[in-house]
Amino acid sequence: MAKVKLTLNNETRTIDVEPCETLLDVLRDKLGMKSPKCGCDRGDCGACAVLIDGKSVRSCLIFAIECEGQHITTLEGISGDQLSILQEAFIEFNSFQCGYCAPGVIISATELLKSNPHPNLEEIKEALSGNLCRCTGYQPIFDAILKASKETKK
Amino acid sequence: MEDLLNTPTAFRNDAYAKVTGIAKYADDITIPGMLHAVPIYSDYVYAELIAVDATEALKQPGVIAVYTARDVPGKVLFGQIIQDYQVLADKYIKTHGDVIALLVAETRVQAIAAIPFVRIEARELPAVLDPEVAMLPETPLLHPAHGSNICNEHCVRRGDITLGEQASDVVIEQTFKTQRIEHSYLEPESGIAYLRPDGVMEVMGSMQHPFSTRRFTANTLGLALNDVEVKTIPMGGGFGGKDDTAALVCARAALCAYLLKRPVKMTYTREWSMRESYKRHPYTLQYRMGLSQDGIIRFAKSRFVADGGAYCSVTPWVTWRSTVQCCGAYSVENVHNDTYGVYTNNIFSGAMRGFGSPQVNFAIEQLIEMAGEKLGLDELEIRRRNMVRQGSTTVTGQVLDTHVVSLQQAMDRVLAEIDYTNKRSQCSFGDPAQDEWYGIGMALSYRGMSLGAEGVDFNSAIISVQPDGSVLIETGIHENGQGSESAMILIAAEHLGIPKERIRYRMPSTSNIPDGGTTVASRGTILGGGAVVNAAKILKNILTTEIKTAKNIDVSSFRDSGLYDTNNELVMSWNDAIKLCYSRQQYPYAFGVFQAPKVSWDEHTGQGNAYFTWVYACQAVELKVNPKTRQVTVLNIVAAHEVGKAINPDMVKGQIYGGLATAVGYALLEDCKSENGKIVPTNFHNYRIARATDLPEMTAILIENHDPQSPSGAKGVGEPTLELLAPAIANAVYRATGKRFYTLPIRIEL
Ligand code: FES
Ligand code: FES
Repeated sequence: MAKVKLTLNNETRTIDVEPCETLLDVLRDKLGMKSPKCGCDRGDCGACAVLIDGKSVRSCLIFAIECEGQHITTLEGISGDQLSILQEAFIEFNSFQCGYCAPGVIISATELLKSNPHPNLEEIKEALSGNLCRCTGYQPIFDAILKASKETKK
Repeated sequence: MEDLLNTPTAFRNDAYAKVTGIAKYADDITIPGMLHAVPIYSDYVYAELIAVDATEALKQPGVIAVYTARDVPGKVLFGQIIQDYQVLADKYIKTHGDVIALLVAETRVQAIAAIPFVRIEARELPAVLDPEVAMLPETPLLHPAHGSNICNEHCVRRGDITLGEQASDVVIEQTFKTQRIEHSYLEPESGIAYLRPDGVMEVMGSMQHPFSTRRFTANTLGLALNDVEVKTIPMGGGFGGKDDTAALVCARAALCAYLLKRPVKMTYTREWSMRESYKRHPYTLQYRMGLSQDGIIRFAKSRFVADGGAYCSVTPWVTWRSTVQCCGAYSVENVHNDTYGVYTNNIFSGAMRGFGSPQVNFAIEQLIEMAGEKLGLDELEIRRRNMVRQGSTTVTGQVLDTHVVSLQQAMDRVLAEIDYTNKRSQCSFGDPAQDEWYGIGMALSYRGMSLGAEGVDFNSAIISVQPDGSVLIETGIHENGQGSESAMILIAAEHLGIPKERIRYRMPSTSNIPDGGTTVASRGTILGGGAVVNAAKILKNILTTEIKTAKNIDVSSFRDSGLYDTNNELVMSWNDAIKLCYSRQQYPYAFGVFQAPKVSWDEHTGQGNAYFTWVYACQAVELKVNPKTRQVTVLNIVAAHEVGKAINPDMVKGQIYGGLATAVGYALLEDCKSENGKIVPTNFHNYRIARATDLPEMTAILIENHDPQSPSGAKGVGEPTLELLAPAIANAVYRATGKRFYTLPIRIEL
């Protein structure tokens, strides 16, 4: 066991972790954050994506022990009192069905809009190529991101 | 009046929970004191099980128990049609996905770490992996109790094939093969169970059929159905794939919870899910078809063999649909079809979105074009001459006259939208002078709705109005992620004349609503929605009667949260009517049922009114092929679907996009290969489904002809979306490369 101190959704947390524990497992089992989902546990589906210092990272691929001092944001942390423009657009365009992919997709899209507030369709596809969704055919997700990007101030 | 059914944005009652990540799926739930169970597999494909030795495993840290078939208090075998599916392998290991034992530990990590310490002793037997071999009389029986390796057979005998042969000027023969594919729901199976103080085994899980899960659990534990309560929670996709295996995962968690008297969770890894869960049936389809010079199909003879794998599951129903639709959306007078569902030692096959039609359409929608070409008729004309129309008779003798047959409408809309005729002239046909080949292709389909003569087909809904006028509804349809709850709310809102915000969908439990059958076959909206409409009628009757008795006023309509008389004068607000009801000791509570209209089937002739209504579709696709890399790039897809009535139009379109994306995978990417009976793909790195970058722009066109036999007017859309793009792609690939591909997935070899 080792102690790790990190910032999770703007709160400082200190936890004991095993060296082999992934960030995904620690988030879900020790830190009570259930929005990151496990779809593959090997970096292929994106359902476990979280933001680490603003960058979208697949939490199943890194060990919790590596996260000392880092700022981690899960979908719970993005969902404050008010939904983000992106979340609103997700509702408007029915960009989820079962919703299992949604936390990872919204994290990836959040990162995209931060680094590139007005992406074109190709850039959106590229940014989402690591997120699998079996339900929506992605099109409603693209639509929501395009809409949100229009509402983001120039 | 507010047009509730045409709100510009999609409506989902679970939207907030899903976009904020607070929706709780099975694995997100924890119960204090909960243990973790994991499956133990063997390396065998087919073997006689001699012993399971758990001595070493039980010494591992945290390990509490290892259970085998011997520990099952109820029955080891279960199944929806034939009871041949083992909860845990008993005497024989019949396929590589068989679970031999369950290991329970304090933590999941401990449980997984102890797996290698369970020793399995077995005597290997020669596996039967080829369905054609399995069907030979000398092949040993895999399920001796069944008496044959042929799980089921169906046929169609219509007209006279000999006469058809005589009337034909051209005859074509072709064999097609389709592959096994994995549902790839993003959430792997998971189940949680605990024995309540009142003695009821409560189960929650990632499954799409709570009643099937209840039956599996009760059967395993030897309990009555009312001793098991299965509750619905959000689930991460099913596509037909979360019945048998997912139900069994729940039943196994319940088994451990029952034996240990502690809550138990069993969550699958992707690897276990891919190894054990049933798949789409691989088919071999042999056709011989004859046409006369005028382009009319004179006969079609076909033989389909579906690899059902080690267990029956719903193979008889899947293959039945193939039989009924064996000639696709065409009228043919002389038809002879034999379809076999066959046992092998492969991974078993079961329900998957499309359910026996994608395989047939892949064949017939190419065959019709090949025939046209032989006769010098283009692919549109040959279809026009043979497709079903209003009043046509299907190959099973059903007259299509109870609803609008909109196949031509669907075709015309798609061809216009994609500009087919113009683009058709630009196709490359493998022109060596071009360094990129372009092709366009299309396909048609028709599909019998709901279960048809596969089984009993009815559903129920409860509408319970609370004293403050707010409403709780519930149906026997399961929310698989498709948005069925939202559709039910919209239907109730329309029929009660109140805003949808006043209606809450109560998460159902098997102990509250009657068994409504499985939420498959695109039957959610038509059956559940029908029950909601009927419940609303009963409820309105209660209110109308009370007002008549109390005030001697006739209420004639419900709208804008009010009750109106025949002169359109407001009689009373919705809230006041509910208050009146309660004050007169009447509950505004209704139980509505929708029973699917009668269908018929003669299994000896394969004739009958197979389905009570049908839907129609056309899809077209543009693509390019790189002659050097053999890479296929899909450029554009247009799909038109008859839906009866679109209850939640954006959601219906969402269903279409999702089906198309999976169909691109079916046509070009996905192949759940098996080597010596062992499934090769293990996870998403070696099982490729469509990613965002694989998909083009998609256009969904909704065709609405309200179905008189559906109380809500709606039909269904889930499955048809996935049944015809593969042949449209094959046809486009043909026009790009000049070569036909008869095997799925399409791999360009030139
Ligand atoms: S669970 Fe991490 S990428 Fe799939
Ligand atoms: S909404 Fe189900 S996987 Fe994306």
